[in-house]
Amino acid sequence: MADLITNFLTADIRTATPLLLAALGLVFSERAGIVNIGTEGIMLTGALMGCLGSYLTGSAMLGALLAVLSGGIMGLIFAYFTVTLRSNQIVVGTAFNIFATGFTVTVNRLALNGAKVKGFPVYQIPVLSKIPVIGKVFFRWSLPVYFAFLIVPVCWFVLQKTNIGLKIRAVGEHPKACDTVGINVFAIRYGTIIFSGLLAGLAGSFVSMGQLSAFTEGMVAGKGFMALAVCVFGNYYPTTVMGAALLFGAADALKYRLLTTSLAGQYQFLNMLPYAITIIALCAFAKKSNKPVCSGVPYRKE
Amino acid sequence: MAEDLILEMRHITKRFGSVVANEDVNLKIEKGEVHALLGENGAGKSTLMNCLYGMYDSYEGEIFYNGKKVSIHDPKDAIALGIGMVHQHFMLIPALTVIENVILGLKENKAVLDLQAAAKKFTELGKKYSMEIDPWVKVEQLSVGQQQRLEILKALYRGCQLLILDEPTAVLTPSEVDSLFEMMKKLTSEGHTVIFISHKLNEIMKICDHCTVLRRGKIAATVAIKDVKSREELATLMVGKEVKLTTEMKPPKLLEERLVVEKLCCNNDRGVQALYDVNFRLRGGEILGICGVDGNGQSELIQCITGLRETTGGKISINGKETTGLGARDILKLNVSHIPEDRHKFGMVGPMNIEENMTLISYKENLYSKKGFLNWKWIGKHSQEICDTYQVKTPDVKELAQNLSGGNQQKFVVGRELERIPQLLIAVHPSRGLDIGATKYIQSQIVAQRDAGTAVLMVSTELDELIELSDRILVMFAGKVMGIVDRKDASRETLGPLMAGISES
Repeated sequence: MADLITNFLTADIRTATPLLLAALGLVFSERAGIVNIGTEGIMLTGALMGCLGSYLTGSAMLGALLAVLSGGIMGLIFAYFTVTLRSNQIVVGTAFNIFATGFTVTVNRLALNGAKVKGFPVYQIPVLSKIPVIGKVFFRWSLPVYFAFLIVPVCWFVLQKTNIGLKIRAVGEHPKACDTVGINVFAIRYGTIIFSGLLAGLAGSFVSMGQLSAFTEGMVAGKGFMALAVCVFGNYYPTTVMGAALLFGAADALKYRLLTTSLAGQYQFLNMLPYAITIIALCAFAKKSNKPVCSGVPYRKE
Repeated sequence: MAEDLILEMRHITKRFGSVVANEDVNLKIEKGEVHALLGENGAGKSTLMNCLYGMYDSYEGEIFYNGKKVSIHDPKDAIALGIGMVHQHFMLIPALTVIENVILGLKENKAVLDLQAAAKKFTELGKKYSMEIDPWVKVEQLSVGQQQRLEILKALYRGCQLLILDEPTAVLTPSEVDSLFEMMKKLTSEGHTVIFISHKLNEIMKICDHCTVLRRGKIAATVAIKDVKSREELATLMVGKEVKLTTEMKPPKLLEERLVVEKLCCNNDRGVQALYDVNFRLRGGEILGICGVDGNGQSELIQCITGLRETTGGKISINGKETTGLGARDILKLNVSHIPEDRHKFGMVGPMNIEENMTLISYKENLYSKKGFLNWKWIGKHSQEICDTYQVKTPDVKELAQNLSGGNQQKFVVGRELERIPQLLIAVHPSRGLDIGATKYIQSQIVAQRDAGTAVLMVSTELDELIELSDRILVMFAGKVMGIVDRKDASRETLGPLMAGISES
């Protein structure tokens, strides 16, 4: 029984990590009034770039760095289109996703061909990792996992207690009011979009190098969209977003668990489960949303 | 008056594309005065002040502040100089707390905010001007009057010396206006200077020292208020020709009951009860004005009557037929005309042309269409007639509705609605955003309808308009009817307390 719980919880944390990383970034850009459905594409590119970097340098960390950089650059491009040119955010996001699908397949076939690369090494925390159950669940992970969970309070603090956090929250609600008190709305939006790109890139690299250590085409499989859902379901607060990521991760873990039971024959149905839970959760909590008023609306200075 | 100027704007010209909003404007403001900026809608008052507050990147001309030439191209520049502005539409963020709004974007903010210290400073400031506001509540919980006080405090917190108030009284009850004026006196007595933008002549006569009149983007005159003999004199300067400010009203010839509302209840968009047992009766040949500060249930009441909102209780009858629960089309068929609150949202479709807007309601009717095909030839001719009759200025009827000025859009909507020969006319804020000329025209059309026997239900936030035109005035507060006042008893003094929720008994 203890084993069953340990395995379930580790699977939960593993699947929750990329969702959490990407969703934390999205909390910032969403709060500043940007809807970035291109996150899916940025994660997919990150997954590829992580493997490519690791393949070329032999270091997973350098791979992750490449993934983060690619995410940042895609964020910058997204910001240029949606903030400076005021293009429709959904259309640009969709274009990103389509681009990423083609781009990653091409580069993969040219350079990687799904080659096995070095994945993120696991760091066992001395002493703590020896505690039964807890040690295995919480203290035997690779760096991105620790990082994802440790930045949750940091993100919360920045958003709720600092000057820049206040500006971010204000920009998504009423950009013009921010303009009248001398806040540079464009700079805030650029900054948050690039930040969410960086985290989405890292999240992508964890998808490809967290467990499998190889890139397969289309491997992000909707996790970017789920991260968006996690951000909405977590009501745009880093702490509740963490809870939401763990819940969605649990749905995924449940799927893997059920695949080993007699229900395995219905695996298409089980594969659907996390997504179905996403939709149901979103519908159930849609009304209480803390969604920024000017979400998705480009700002035009007169 | 050259010795003690706080502000001088010289040769300001601001263009939007090919449209000139301000042309060669010169403005001088003395230290410690209340200076009015008067002009009709679209005369360029707000544009001029937005230039001063740095809302625009580019404009021509020079600004001198305390005798020194300054460059203002961002609100940051204006704030640093000590210029504060309370915009007509408040620049507050409802989802944030009061204190967060106050310190938002301040230069001296540290990386980690110290809200406690800011709240202390803010509370002291509030005490000094007797405008205390709880710093920890969210702005969405404040009343409109409180929000305005917060905006003023926000500007003072930033150390402003010159305060621009853009149409500050538009959203206030009469007693709130009085306390705003008290506040303005206190500010000037402490050496602050106030620029007061308005088109309400009474208020300018009451509170201001000087008045600069803008007409079509240019300065028409600057006068000392003590030299002005009457409101008419200011109105003439503003419009450029003599205007009659009062409409003559004949005694009403009452006909049968056209609209009966009994114990009407409904909810607002958030599901909170918005109307509580509203009762009134309206007869043909009279104007019933509905008065109250915006957001006290007037919109919901009109939406219920016109079939745009579900009722939760009570009964509505139009022309003797119960209409509770009927849709908008069935209600309009009973010879009801509706000049809606927000013409951009509900009155017309901006990206469609005038002809097409003309057909929105009547497209199914005989002359408009045959066997499902629209008769464009006739519609075009008919639209042209409406435009001619109701003085809608437009190049032709193929012009997109959104390209007309606000006044012409409103005249078009009024024309389209009156042309249907209503028995019940519902006019919501018929003169909102219109200049004196257009306002007077539309008011005269409404009065003509009344004299022809139409029952008129008119909602307005302009007290003077209601007192002048209404045969009876129904006052609403918090979704309830506070009272119905006859023409002979209607005045600011009798209506003011009712609007604030204080009943006579």
